[in-house]
Amino acid sequence: MRIACTVNGRPRVAEDVWEGASLLAVLREHLGLPGSKNACEQGECGSCSVYLDGRLVCACLVLGGQAQGREVVTVEGLASKDELHPVQEAFLEAGAVQCGFCTPGFVVAAHDLLTRKPQPTDVEIREALAGNICRCTGYAKIIDAVHLAAERMAPR
Amino acid sequence: MTGRVGESPRRADGPGKVRGDFTYSSDLTIEGMLWGATVRSPHPYARIVAIDTAEARAMPGVVAVLTHEDVPGQQLYGLEIQDQPVLAFDLVRYWGEAVALVAADHPERARRAAQTVRVTYEVLEPLTDPEVALTEAAPRLHPAGNVTRHVRIRHGDQSARADVVVSGEYEIGMQDQAPLGPESGLAIPGAAGSVDLHLATQWLHVDRDQLAGILALEPEKVKLTLAGVGGAFGAREDLSMQAHACMLALRTGRPVKMSYSRPESFVGHVHRHPGKLRYEHGATRDGRLVYVKARVVLDGGAYASSSTAVIANACCFALGPYECPNATVDGWVVYTNNPPCGAMRGFGSVQNCYAHEAQMDKLAAALEMDPVELRMRNAMKTGSRLITGQVVEGPAPVAELLDRVKSFPLPVQGRGSGRGANTELDLTQMPGGVSNTTHGEGVVRGVGYAVGFKNVGYSEGFDDYSTARVRLSVVDGRPRAEVHTAAAEVGQGLVTVQAQIAATELGVSDVVVLDADTQVGSAGSSSASRQTYITGGAVKAACEAVRERVLALARSELGRKEVRLEGDAAVSAEGTVIATLATLLGDAVIEETREFRPRRTHRLDSETGQANAHLQYAFAAHRAVVDVDTELGLVKVVELATAQDVGKAINPQAVEGQLEGGAAQGLGLAVMEEIQVKDGVIRNASFTDYLLPTILDMPPVRMDILELGDPISPYGLKGVGEPPTISSGPAIVAAIRAATGRPINRVPVRPQDLVDT
Repeated sequence: MRIACTVNGRPRVAEDVWEGASLLAVLREHLGLPGSKNACEQGECGSCSVYLDGRLVCACLVLGGQAQGREVVTVEGLASKDELHPVQEAFLEAGAVQCGFCTPGFVVAAHDLLTRKPQPTDVEIREALAGNICRCTGYAKIIDAVHLAAERMAPR
Repeated sequence: MTGRVGESPRRADGPGKVRGDFTYSSDLTIEGMLWGATVRSPHPYARIVAIDTAEARAMPGVVAVLTHEDVPGQQLYGLEIQDQPVLAFDLVRYWGEAVALVAADHPERARRAAQTVRVTYEVLEPLTDPEVALTEAAPRLHPAGNVTRHVRIRHGDQSARADVVVSGEYEIGMQDQAPLGPESGLAIPGAAGSVDLHLATQWLHVDRDQLAGILALEPEKVKLTLAGVGGAFGAREDLSMQAHACMLALRTGRPVKMSYSRPESFVGHVHRHPGKLRYEHGATRDGRLVYVKARVVLDGGAYASSSTAVIANACCFALGPYECPNATVDGWVVYTNNPPCGAMRGFGSVQNCYAHEAQMDKLAAALEMDPVELRMRNAMKTGSRLITGQVVEGPAPVAELLDRVKSFPLPVQGRGSGRGANTELDLTQMPGGVSNTTHGEGVVRGVGYAVGFKNVGYSEGFDDYSTARVRLSVVDGRPRAEVHTAAAEVGQGLVTVQAQIAATELGVSDVVVLDADTQVGSAGSSSASRQTYITGGAVKAACEAVRERVLALARSELGRKEVRLEGDAAVSAEGTVIATLATLLGDAVIEETREFRPRRTHRLDSETGQANAHLQYAFAAHRAVVDVDTELGLVKVVELATAQDVGKAINPQAVEGQLEGGAAQGLGLAVMEEIQVKDGVIRNASFTDYLLPTILDMPPVRMDILELGDPISPYGLKGVGEPPTISSGPAIVAAIRAATGRPINRVPVRPQDLVDT
């Protein structure tokens, strides 16, 4: 199967894709974008969170073929060439990264939250990130990171 | 710019991790690689009658199908006892045991081919009850019998009696480490029968040495390089896919990648031992412990893994961090046909903490004494003697830690914490959370305390050491230090800590930590809260050796006696720059390799359990505040508070991360996480069915980090990673008992334990 879609602003084509492959597998195995992670592949951990036509989804729950003709943004699409996105910068600074396997998913989900709600409360952060599992940090520094990013992204 | 010891510089591996281009073991790829898949046993106990691989071999894309007959060298491996087959032969002893391997050109083809391997089994009755396994009548699962180790500790008067006696029996469920990164790696065949393996592990050299035996290769022909590790927590101490990927690569002559799915990961690594612990505490009427009797039985499952060391910890620290003149402790770890158990954060000290802390609360109730007061009255301190006879040296601030967690203000009921809280009822703070199951009806609050401790580093005479190579040279006109160790960065921040130590010792700002691999000596495992101490010690020693040579050069070149290194320069005693390091070094390359060995430890006496068996102890205390919905049996942990002595915080932000993350894993075992095993079969091998704490489950953690300075360790530091996982859960269970008045003698606490059904 051949899948053509836009990924991180660029038109991409994946060739010889198995019909049963998830969008996650297409990104990781065919398009050289392993940033979206394969921790549960069951939609429970959020480590494969990406945007599909602007909506936050678990790439493991989307069939590769469903991405045909659509627009995908992954964690690799958030930073500009030389500069991290403020959400990425905040995760680093707040110490929200340990093993980092959950980090791409949290970064994308936090990015989505801050797009919708630029100054979230703790409760709003917890609710928005409840679909992402982190096994290392205990989440406290992730909450700190989202607040820090919100401050940095606020219009002056 | 690398930070110094005591600062919190950004992680060197952080930018890649937030961008998504940091390469984990499951991200590895190479042109022309094959995918490996594993055929696993559908029975917990069965005799293998025949294995027919013909159909699998004939499938399109399949390049190799291997069984135990294809293992080139040793058929058995194991960390302490070599009892586990590389691929099962004769018998399978647990559900999910590896039986055969497939390599194919596509992961799905490999998986489908694995399903067509026909294994004929004669199904046997599994032995799943550890108590039955202990009996003479039980079938022997291994030639030496079912007891992997019996630890016997006899301390003081064995017939001591007391005025007040409490007893109880406690049961601990099987917890999974659940690191998010799956077991995975890439094996690449090299020249002359050698193999290169890129993988996620906790200890490269112990993997290499086991692989050399299995593959019948000289160790030099097995080269391991650490890829990105997506968490470990003990799950990566034992081999999983390592030997399998190497066997497939060597057989096919092509690179082979293996990456487990989450369900496969649940059978691909060992778990925390479930246990049953029976305790009797005797005390005087004024609350002094007189004796403790403990009987501990841990279920080791089908293979030994690190069980013999886990049971030693469970017994050595069975009483908790308390002084007690008399103790009788017997612990057994046994073989069953349940999933194999081994290392997990806390390593034997978690199971016993639930028991000894429940007992202390029970004793306090019997004495009508405040539970914290009782603990403080019996608290271990510097100079106290463990039940193994070893004297506790260095700070042991048990009473102070308890006092500190008690002193934190208590959270206000029904209100959240953090930003945006305290304005209205916050459902996320209620038991049942956003499910909207209560607005406070039937909800009761409880506060509970616990304190725990464990050893840092390896114990019982194990030759614990680490190796570091440090190289100082001028690169692009600036001095650069390169640090090379085999120590596994598993997320804890070890790469950053190594760089901080080099920056501090050499006074240079540019420090590069090279990839961990087997081209340098062993670092030991990223386990036992030991790496900052042991590998940190090795990096410090190698830096000191390099520094001596630089200073000798400075003295001879510059004719100055009093010189030190600071700010990329040689400076005088007054701090003025005498020469930049770039000038001083010129083309010189100064490289030194050092091994760091802490003080020796000794094996427990087999009859009395007496010995100086441990290197260092780490202590932490927790206070938990919970709300329990007594109608639905739901628990919300409202807040955790902790105090821990870390000796010296090499990287304070990373220390906080350990305290917060470790507490979350403690919370998991207390109220959520359990691998449910029925008749030897795991019933919840997925993240849908195995419940991990989410951001909604984990409350804020208040903390007090003490830096009391160990007199003999590098910088005075103490191991940090495990204590947060020890007493956090027991404090939560104590709080649930306080809230509900129910005894609660089993974890994780389930809804049916909290309501009358």
